This record gives sequence, structure tokens and C-alpha cells, in this order.
Amino acid sequence: MSEHMNTWKSENLLLTKDLKVIFKTNAVSITAVDGVSFRIGEEDVLGLVGESGCGKTLSALSIMRLLPPNASLSGKILYKGEDLLTKNESELRKIRGRDIAMIFQEPMTSLNPVFTVGYQIAEVLMTHKAMSKKDAMKEAAGLLKAVKIPSPEVRVKEYPHQLSGGMRQRIMIAMAIACNPSFLIADEPTTALDVTIQAQILELLSSLKQEHKMSLLLITQDLGIIAEWAKRVAIMYAGRIVEEADVREIFINPRHPYTIGLLESLPKRRGRKLSPIPGQVPGLSELPQGCKFSTRCRYIIKECLNKEPELIPIDNAHHLSRCIRAKEL
Amino acid sequence: MKEILSVQSLKKYFSAKGGDSLKAVDDVSFSVREGDVFGLVGESGCGKSTLARLILRLIIPTDGRIVFDGMSVADAHGETLSKIRRGLQIIFQDPFASLNPRKRIIDAIGEALIVNKLAQRAEVKDKVAELLAKVGLNGSTLYKYPHELSGGQRQRICIARALSVNPKLIVADEPLSALDVSIQAQIINLLEDLHRASNLSFVFISHNLQVIEHFTDMVAVMYLGKIVEMSPTEAFFREPLHPYTEALLSAVPVPEVDRQRKRIILEGDVPSPLHIPSGCPFHPRCPKRFEPCDKIVPVLKEARKGRVVSCLLWE
Repeated sequence: MSEHMNTWKSENLLLTKDLKVIFKTNAVSITAVDGVSFRIGEEDVLGLVGESGCGKTLSALSIMRLLPPNASLSGKILYKGEDLLTKNESELRKIRGRDIAMIFQEPMTSLNPVFTVGYQIAEVLMTHKAMSKKDAMKEAAGLLKAVKIPSPEVRVKEYPHQLSGGMRQRIMIAMAIACNPSFLIADEPTTALDVTIQAQILELLSSLKQEHKMSLLLITQDLGIIAEWAKRVAIMYAGRIVEEADVREIFINPRHPYTIGLLESLPKRRGRKLSPIPGQVPGLSELPQGCKFSTRCRYIIKECLNKEPELIPIDNAHHLSRCIRAKEL
Repeated sequence: MKEILSVQSLKKYFSAKGGDSLKAVDDVSFSVREGDVFGLVGESGCGKSTLARLILRLIIPTDGRIVFDGMSVADAHGETLSKIRRGLQIIFQDPFASLNPRKRIIDAIGEALIVNKLAQRAEVKDKVAELLAKVGLNGSTLYKYPHELSGGQRQRICIARALSVNPKLIVADEPLSALDVSIQAQIINLLEDLHRASNLSFVFISHNLQVIEHFTDMVAVMYLGKIVEMSPTEAFFREPLHPYTEALLSAVPVPEVDRQRKRIILEGDVPSPLHIPSGCPFHPRCPKRFEPCDKIVPVLKEARKGRVVSCLLWE
């Protein structure tokens, strides 16, 4: 990454540099995340946007060091200045859950069906804060109250299947904030929920974020959620960040053809035909030479196929685009 | 304009543990004009998919009538039933689950043609290729298996298969939910083109309100098995009448910056359809509830010209 990024914000709570996730199978190796660098300041919200398979979840899992065993990870992940890639498993266990927590898309599969939700929250407290079971269970009920679950002293004794989808996601959030982490990763936290429940959960996350002074990495495909909740946005395509800017800039002055395409493919007015991005995302093993978006790009010129463009500043140091024609767009 | 589908006082009760009955669809009536796109909105468990299955006669109603193109769906048999089956088609949410993984595309679509005597064996290849072209796929897809295709391509195959029998009405049950944003737009455009080109009617079920606004002519909102508001699409989005609809529209995150909006956050979850609240089923979550809402069950009434709503505020 070039120098300009280092001066962008004074506080860098989390900073990734040139993250690479490579999967090795028998004959081929596939690079699923390729050179992803971003930073998140204190109490910041970075939105990570992209379609299935673009590497947004893998980037998040890299931070948690929770990648599958056949993945190899390189680069740097600096959390409060310390490189998480140099930590061993027992050091990581202390960081996970206590400093950095994560909530997932499907709360049902992330909760253990055979333990009460109260115990699952209490377990976090017993592990990280060495609390007794009795105290931890009491604290768990308090956390259920904090995530606005009605009658917490009853719910604390229930099992995940007895709760609705929205409530389960509240349980996941309660577990995540149990140790007051400074950094929360929310990977599609509302995709499995109905829209009125989604509004409740986003509202809850936002108030907890303020209360606990957390930074948030918000992963979603929903540009509506991004527009309303993110401060800064990174758009990913084929394992790379293709554009990064403040949220306002992304929507008003997008400078990468993929971002432009995503915004234009959203339904707006009645009767006006949508302009989808043609074609589909190429498989990671068959990415084109040069710019990876070139196969679907309507602004393509010869030079696009020669060399992959770098993610560089356009207009000002805070707006980055990976397109050689970014200035003309 | 002629009605292609009319649903009258339709009910579907499932029996549950302990002799309770689950009222999945409870006294629903609406009609779809020929060539119209009728949108059906609601959250999980509101009964919209049950309604879709009833229309297709994949399940039998407890009570009420469904009339498709002049024929009664629930008690049709023999030639009438096969006529209904040809005229009414469905597209599901998950295109992978609705294609047989062991059948090549030519066989999956060709089977529909042969069974319905719409093609001789020798013509199948050409006819299927023609259908694939209609949905924007080229001939190389003919001999592929579903796992070789992307999600968007699979959904196109399901659409081609639905089209193969020249239907008059397609029920699309969340046809975009499993697809990425850029692909969703491709599929909406395809459905719109088909709609325009052939006077095809749709019942379009979706929880994506932006898509509903874009694609439909009429909208009905369901809550706990009942329609609570029904209106022409434009008026619906301009001025929602039911407090639930109002909250629903305000809860959708809008992909625009610099716009201040008032979000109405509803309390609590949707109640279980096994324990439907007394009076207005929405009253426990309603920000505008007043004295008799927990006692009086509101009925659908005309509140504005061509618009019906079931809420005591509008009586």
C-alpha cells in the first residue's frame, strides 16, 4: 500500500495490509483474497460490500484467524499496533471474544442447540473474565436486558430453538458484547431476518456501538444498509477492494465501474428499465489478465487488459479506485 | 379488463398439536386482471407462500374458491386440471432445489414439452434451444447439468421451463432472494420483457419492496394470514394507509445518502400464527393502537378509491 493511506486517520484501531488468502487444492491454488488493505479507526463503521464469493467474509474471518485449515493467510493484521498474524492459538483465544467479536448471518447455526442461551453467554464470561458460573449466569440475564429481550430471567433458561430469528440474533449480539470488545465484525447480521426485525437489530447495534464505543466492520450486500449505517465503504470484487471512500462519495460520486454498475442495477423508479451489470462474476480460477472486472465492464479499453490497475487515490487521498479510467467516470 | 385469477374467501387451516388449528391463510380474496402483475408482500410466516401453493393446487384449501381463467381450481380434474396445470406455472426461490441434479437442461425442459404433447421427440432440441434463447441463454447450456450453472442461469432455466407450456399466469415466489444484486436486476428485466411481450400475468411474491414498487401494478400486504391492505402500486408507495404497511415501508433501508427519514421501529416479533392476538391481529405491535383495537376485528373496507385497508382508523 502506498504512503497516503498511512496518514488518513490518526487512530488506527485495526489495520490490514496486503491480506492474501490462498486455498491450495491438489493441483491448483486459488487466491480468494488478494491484497486487501483497509483500516478502521476508533468508533468507526467500515462497510464491506460485494457479491457472493468476492472475499468479504474471508477477509473478516482472516481478522478473527478463523479460516479453514486448507487456507493460507499472509499479510499483516495490526490490532492496536500488534500483528495478529504472529500470535499463537492461545494468545488468539484471549483476543477473540474479548477484544474482537463477530456475529454471523445465521444465528441458528452459530448457537449450540443443546445448551441454554444463558449458559452460552455465561461461557464467554467464565472464559474471558474468570467469573464463577453463578455470577456469569446473572450477568447473562443482564446482557439479555441490554439487547432488549423481554423477560430476560425467563429467556436465559431457554434453548435457541425456542426463540425467534430476531431474538437469536440478539443473543449473538449479547455474546459478542459480553466482554466489551472494542471491535465488532457483523457479517450480514440481518440477511436472514424480516425487514421490521432488521430495523430493530440495526437500531440495537447502533446504540450498543455508541454505548460501548465500538468500531464496526459491517459486511453486507445491501447498499441501503450501507447508505444508512456506514461511515466509510470498501467495495470488493473478485477478492480485491476496487473502490474505497466515505459513504457519501460512494453514492454521489462513484469512481469504479463496478460500483456504478451496482448502484444502477437497483430498482428506483417505476417503468424505468434497470441496467444490470452484464454477465456474471468469473470463477476465481479463471480471472482475466489485467483488470479483473474487465469481462463485465462497459468502459473497457485496450489498456485494461495489460496490467491490473492499482488501488490509488482519485480527487483526494480519501477516495481510492482501482480503475485506470477513474478520473473520466 | 378480464380477470385471469380470482381468489374468493380462501382459507387454509393446518391442524397443529393439541387440536389447535394454524390459520395460515384466513379469508383471503383478491383478483388479478389479465396482463397485470399482482404483488404480494409480507414477512415470514404471513401465509404468502401457502397462498401461492393453494393457487397452484399443490395443497387443497380448507374453504373458499380459486377461479383461474374461468375454471375452478380446487375441484378440477381430468382435462380441465391439465389445462389449469399448463396455464398456471410457478418459479421458486431456490432454483437449485427446483431442478433435478441428474437431468441435463435439455431433458429438464424437454420433459415438460413431451408430457404436455407440445413437441415431438425430434423437435425437442430446437424447441428447448428456442426457449433458452427467450431467457437469454445460448445453446451451449442445452447439455449442461444444473451444478455447472450459476444461480442466475439456473433461475433462467426455471423461467424457461415455466414458459415451455405457454402459461397465462406465473406465480413467482421470491424469485430473486437467492441471487446477487447485479443478477437480480438481470432477472427482473427478463421477467419484465416477458411480461410485455406476451401479456403474461404474474403473482409476484417478494419481501423486497423496491422490486415490488418497480415491477407490480397492484400490491396486497399480508399479516398473519390476512390481507391488511390492497392498493394500486403507485398510490400504495405514495401513501401507505395501514400502520403496518407504514412501518414496513419506513423500515426498508434506502440506498441514498442525504435523505432524512423517519423510521418507525415496531415492537416485538410477529406473533405465532398459532396464537393470533384478539381483535386486530396487529394491535400488540401497532404504534397507533387505541381503545377497542384489542376487541374489534377490523375488516377490509374501501378507504380510498380502489384501495382497501383493514384498520379501525379507517372505519
